[in-house]
Amino acid sequence: MAQLVATLASTHHPFYLKATTMPPEQQMPQAPEWKRKVEAYRETLAKTKPDILVMIGSDHFHQIFLDNCPQFLIGKAPRYDATFYNEEREFGIPKYVLEGDEAMSRFMHQHLMDQDFDFAFSNELKIDHSIICPIITVRPQNDLPVVPIYTNIFAPPLPSPRRFYNLGRAIRKAIDDYPSDSRVAAIGTGHLSLELGGPRQFMETGPDPVFDRQAIEWLRNGDIEAILDNVTHESMIKSGNATQGFLNFILMLGVAGPENADYVDNLDLFHTMEAYFTWYPKEQAA
Amino acid sequence: MSKYYVNKFLFTVDRDPEYLKRYIEDPKSFVATWEQSIGPKLNDAERSTVNSLTDAEREALVNHDYVALFEMGAHFFLNLTMYIGIYDEPYMTRSGPLSFQREFAAKLQHWRDKDYPSVET
Repeated sequence: MAQLVATLASTHHPFYLKATTMPPEQQMPQAPEWKRKVEAYRETLAKTKPDILVMIGSDHFHQIFLDNCPQFLIGKAPRYDATFYNEEREFGIPKYVLEGDEAMSRFMHQHLMDQDFDFAFSNELKIDHSIICPIITVRPQNDLPVVPIYTNIFAPPLPSPRRFYNLGRAIRKAIDDYPSDSRVAAIGTGHLSLELGGPRQFMETGPDPVFDRQAIEWLRNGDIEAILDNVTHESMIKSGNATQGFLNFILMLGVAGPENADYVDNLDLFHTMEAYFTWYPKEQAA
Repeated sequence: MSKYYVNKFLFTVDRDPEYLKRYIEDPKSFVATWEQSIGPKLNDAERSTVNSLTDAEREALVNHDYVALFEMGAHFFLNLTMYIGIYDEPYMTRSGPLSFQREFAAKLQHWRDKDYPSVET
């Protein structure tokens, strides 16, 4: 059976590449520290020597729109183009092509259906920055096939926090049951408190620094009970209108299981808290 | 009110450099063209007959009035990203990084500590 070798959950800041590659005299003061932290985080993946990446992200109205809006979707294609025109324009993210793994996508899709997660699928999926940002940060050589999974964190009504956690558990089971000797890493991105297009956007901190610190502690301790007791759609929106990106962290904790994280780092940037978590399955961590 | 159709405007224009350019150069004429031939388009062969903008929505789009669009419940991501596409560069040149984004936030301060208009469609 396949082996899950690492679960990574992080924020995806679309300006990372631009912020750390512009001429040094134009860079923001935190850029060198940001780069150091991301490169250290990258190593938490590299040392597990994965063969396949299961990537969890959320389309930001790039391929998916309100005329046809799935809650959960899996890509099943031999390869995936990435980065849309408006992401190049706004964030300076280049175009990529990611190799797919159709066999694993097909297996995961069926397995998740068998676990009562009725996924939509796409045979022609163009990936956006929710999946390209972590490629840039943790696997910039882009040398591994991916199984992309999209969740809806954007177009209400959204599935419940518990449903996101249970989906993470189901993804873990599907990886564990995949008949292959592959080493699989699961990588998902979202946000802590975040405001976009509202009165609290682009402040000196994220819109709710108290939530950010609390969320980091919950994830550090793998405390799913506290998360599910405290985090609702209403509470997330109060913390910032785009805070439902935290649902993908909840999902990733489901993939890892309710365990302490093995690696935790964060960085307070000008309008958001960046956070980086890695879990190693206990049998490997020993 | 047609929140969906306003979002469709933002979605179709933000993703297309040619539409964005026309919307910057002559918003009134572009919004009229959009309503006539771009908004109704489902694909190259099919047209929808069911959506239309209200006068208030049309006026907000013609005036690049992102505050009004926020208040109508246009999706926050589309509303921000399209107007960044229009205003980020000129503001940056004039007043430095994030100056447009901060002005956008400042104009919405009356919504702080209130429940924002729902973006549900």
